[in-house]
Amino acid sequence: MPGLGTTLGRGGATSFPQDLVNSDCILIMGSNMAEAHPVGFANVMKAKDRGAKIIHVDPHFSRTSAVSNLYVSTRAGSDIVFLGAIIHYLLENQVYFHDYVVNYTNAPMLIREDFQDTEDLNGLFSGFDPASGTYSNQESWDYQRDEYDKPLTDPTLQNPQCVLQIMKRHFARYTPELVESECGVSREEWLQVVQALVENSGRERTSTLCYAVGWTQQSKGVQIIRAGSIMQLLLGNMGRPGGGVLALRGHASIQGSTDVPTLYDLLAGYMPQPAEMLSTKPESQHEPTSTTWGARQDKHVHKNTQQTLQEYIDVTGQKLGWWSNVPSYIISLLKAWYGDAATADNDWGYHWIPKITGDHSHINTSYAMLDGKVKGYFLLGQNPAAGSTNARMQRKALAQLDWMVVGDLYEVESAAFWYKGTNGEKVDPATLKTEVFFMPAAASTEKEGTFTNTQRLLQWRDKAIDPPGDARSDLWLIYQLGKRLKKLYADSTAPRDQGLLNLTWDYEMEEPQPDSHLTDEPDAQLVLKEVNGYYVTQTNSDGQVTQYDLHNAPHVPTFTALKTDGSTACGSWIYSGVYPEPGRNRAASRISDGKMNLDWGFAWPANRRILYNRASADPAGKPWSERKKHIWWDAEQHKWVGNDIPDFPPDKAPDYRPAPDSTGMDAIAGTDPFFMKPDGRAWLYAPTGLKDGPLPAHYEAIESPVQNALYKQQSNPAAKYHRDRKDNVLIELGDPNYPFVITTYRLTEHHVSGPMTRWMPWLNALQPSLFAEISPELAQERNIVDKGWMVLRTPRGEIEARAMVTRRLRPLRIRGRIVHQIGLPFHWGFQGKSTGSITNDLTHSVLEPNVSIEEAKAFLCDIRPGRLSSSEHNVGRKEH
Amino acid sequence: MSDHNGQVSATPITERVQQLTQLLAPFKKEKPLPEQPKMGFFTDTSLCIGCKACEIACKQWNQLPATTPEWTGTSYDNTQSLGATTWRHVQFIEQIERRIPHVNASDEKVLKLPLFEMDTPVPQMGMDLSALPELAGTPTGTALPFFSTDRWLMRSDVCKHCANAPCQEACPTGAIIHTEFDTVYVQQDICNGCGYCVVACPFDVIARDSEGDGQAHKCTLCYDRLKDGMKPACAKACPTDSIQFGEVEQLKRDAQERLGFLQERGLTDARLYGADDKILEGGLNSFFLLLDEPETYNLPSNPARPSNHVLPTSLGVIVTAAVMGLIGTFFFKQE
Repeated sequence: MPGLGTTLGRGGATSFPQDLVNSDCILIMGSNMAEAHPVGFANVMKAKDRGAKIIHVDPHFSRTSAVSNLYVSTRAGSDIVFLGAIIHYLLENQVYFHDYVVNYTNAPMLIREDFQDTEDLNGLFSGFDPASGTYSNQESWDYQRDEYDKPLTDPTLQNPQCVLQIMKRHFARYTPELVESECGVSREEWLQVVQALVENSGRERTSTLCYAVGWTQQSKGVQIIRAGSIMQLLLGNMGRPGGGVLALRGHASIQGSTDVPTLYDLLAGYMPQPAEMLSTKPESQHEPTSTTWGARQDKHVHKNTQQTLQEYIDVTGQKLGWWSNVPSYIISLLKAWYGDAATADNDWGYHWIPKITGDHSHINTSYAMLDGKVKGYFLLGQNPAAGSTNARMQRKALAQLDWMVVGDLYEVESAAFWYKGTNGEKVDPATLKTEVFFMPAAASTEKEGTFTNTQRLLQWRDKAIDPPGDARSDLWLIYQLGKRLKKLYADSTAPRDQGLLNLTWDYEMEEPQPDSHLTDEPDAQLVLKEVNGYYVTQTNSDGQVTQYDLHNAPHVPTFTALKTDGSTACGSWIYSGVYPEPGRNRAASRISDGKMNLDWGFAWPANRRILYNRASADPAGKPWSERKKHIWWDAEQHKWVGNDIPDFPPDKAPDYRPAPDSTGMDAIAGTDPFFMKPDGRAWLYAPTGLKDGPLPAHYEAIESPVQNALYKQQSNPAAKYHRDRKDNVLIELGDPNYPFVITTYRLTEHHVSGPMTRWMPWLNALQPSLFAEISPELAQERNIVDKGWMVLRTPRGEIEARAMVTRRLRPLRIRGRIVHQIGLPFHWGFQGKSTGSITNDLTHSVLEPNVSIEEAKAFLCDIRPGRLSSSEHNVGRKEH
Repeated sequence: MSDHNGQVSATPITERVQQLTQLLAPFKKEKPLPEQPKMGFFTDTSLCIGCKACEIACKQWNQLPATTPEWTGTSYDNTQSLGATTWRHVQFIEQIERRIPHVNASDEKVLKLPLFEMDTPVPQMGMDLSALPELAGTPTGTALPFFSTDRWLMRSDVCKHCANAPCQEACPTGAIIHTEFDTVYVQQDICNGCGYCVVACPFDVIARDSEGDGQAHKCTLCYDRLKDGMKPACAKACPTDSIQFGEVEQLKRDAQERLGFLQERGLTDARLYGADDKILEGGLNSFFLLLDEPETYNLPSNPARPSNHVLPTSLGVIVTAAVMGLIGTFFFKQE
């Protein structure tokens, strides 16, 4: 989540759903929260009853809109215009929270004179390399710095090179008129939103912003999240009760899958995966910042390689702020992975970690498969044949594999693609070489482990029942696979195999679980213990050293105990503290106090519930107001106290000022709440860490019905277009054949592409069929009958759906013309008890530059009445 | 009903006595279970988010089969109605207004549907945007309505558990009873599937399971859970407390308070349905807070009780018979 990570310091929601009840205003944008997060949404309903204003801005009137105080229908892909105009309004009318902005954000920092804005370069920032399509030189984005590398500032905010003044110029043309013409939102409605936010922010009041993949899944998703975060910072809503940005996660443990990552470019705890020799590859593929986390590059250390641990630390760590602790985190991680084999002499086994050679994200891997570069594939709990964009391409890619292992509850589309396909898709198993192994998986109730959800909260769940038959947990699958691979390669002396052979791999359960027919499941508690961290060696007062292994080692209490000398091991430093001593699994704790619930589960880091909560007090350490007090400085005790775990060094006084030449956490002043950033400030302007610019700028979606009204640059210049792929044909601007904007979303009744729900008859009865929502006006224009069939078409594919003609979809007036929008859920496929067309056959595979996420929330299509010609039932078909 | 004692060495006389007791058992009145407080539902539609968790929780707890999936296209309602195997049903009612169209003469060709006033120039590429008019002044007061004017009403429908239930009146076998919690309950071992209750219910709640056992079924208010001191499954699953379960008297007080709260916030159309005694002479133990007229939700304002027709109809028959008899008497007299 580099949108939040680059801006604030950590890639996680800054708050938790129960804190929504403390909000005075909740803006939900880019999220269908009531439908996709109905349980968390209960807090929104409570907040509303308590007087909070609930505002939903979305292209599609959903169940979330239905219960909001205000629903604003907007054009998919125009979010930065809407938010940019709010930022402009706050700056121009000086209604931002001045004391907060001056002290806690980088508004006063001075930016280099050679920085050029999108206003100067018609939609590009300085440093863009058209040949590679990247910002290959981001030096001009940086701060002006003193001799100690510290940024120069102007606390009066008057210097024309200070961030605030640059922002004023940057957002000057983001006006209410522009909102009206580009978003299709009337000025009055937009102003209602702004007013509600302004009136409900400040010392006495706070507003929350909730977003989800409606923002993320756009070609400029990270910059939309940045825009929302900037708005919240200007309003002074970060780090305070009832404030913040709630990044709503799409399903269980998605947050966890980036914390202890399943991502190709991250190690645990948001340390980047090392890259191989950077200088040998074109810049476009390899920048020192090419990580999902992003911001971990010290501008002044341009190491070309990460071949040694020291080089990795130089590239990854920071001289200033919390990331100066990287050495203890990475060495403890290496100790956890390689055990005794990791020593100071061999760089703690650093060279055994595979180095990435480029963008190996999901879609790019699919393309590599398509090109025959990938031979085998493990697919656990994922269904690209229906759930990933450009799904037809995904199925073709899977067909190029030699083998694939699918672990899932049911035989999902990705496991059946080799003998079955959608309507009109001819699949011949005889000619298809992929050998598919299906491994039945255990459901969440059939295995123990943790979920880490939206609020960064680790919650342990016990196993309720054995999985049926041969079904096993994912943990079992990975553990057994590791054991077998180690056996297979036991005699190898090849250097490439030494990492595998030296991997610590002992999670055997000491006693079999009572009443279970499973005898070979690994011990999930032991995995949690490794993730938490433990002492490898301990020296007592007599200087006696005791050596431990995972099974008998004492637990580390928290990440501040981690060492660089190899005496500690830790699987993911941010989770450290979850299991601080034997018998005390804090993730399993369930004590509710109706407030912060500090003993309900364990929130990373260090059980802090509201992140950056130092900002809930003024620079002097006093709460901004009695009504919104959260943590504050207790001068007598000389420490931070309050309702939460302080997200700040516990005894750093508000009046602490760093010496000019200080480094590490010493460089963080007592007034710097965002200490994960090297300057301790939240970044309104990102001097480094992003691949598409230091400030959000409005670009149209890759496929858009209108020209960019602001700049010559039509869409995100740094996006990964995949234009060379013949299966990724994009609709050109102004193509009359594809006039309609389409956006996709989820329904409460089903889950993502349906692998867990379309096999459930009760749920299928609630939503039995794929349907498209269109306005009566569009239906009339295209002769589509309510409840009839319709075909949706893009250059990538064609699908059929039932037509739901509803006024909940509203044609928008965009720059003097009518733009129709179509809403389309994406839960169906050709497997399961409820089948239907695959929505993702329509979507393209252009990727957002920072996180390589597909743009499924705003693209173009054409529609016609009737069904696909290959369809078995051609009832009601109407040819044109 | 009758107790079997397990004695094997029963004498013929005691056997006879036993047989006699068993024969008489149906006529013997069981001691009623100790009275419990009246329990019911308060379904507050102003809190419903249409998630249908209640429908699924009900199906799961009561192990009711799924109905045949059918996409109706009627908003998000594919359940359509309550039935023998569907005891909770979430309705969706779309009330979306189109804003008053405003047509600029010059735009008329392209604009079929202008949606709002646009009297300022539209920013274009290369235009000097500083020439655009100043930002409009801050409007005073931004109090937003409690719901936006476009409405998508949702309501979880369920058996009303009428205080004086027409289904119970219509039941010829005594299968339908009021439990000790004053909830209306069908005793499946007595129901003979005659279907009289089905036509008697003014809310179309109770139904015969024509594909299953042929008997009448409906919400039991989770009688089995209640006996164990647990909330009904639907109320337990409802994430937003739109379905509240509790003692009817308390629920009615809560409902009045909630209504006042909503009316204070400008929801003048909000009303309670079945919370007073007017409906079916005694009110409903499962009642609703509605945001619009009952008819909007397909609820009768004044539900009819079939038994009310019995007296007039019977009197009619008696009078007719008497008149006919009289005529006959006269007729025969003339003979």
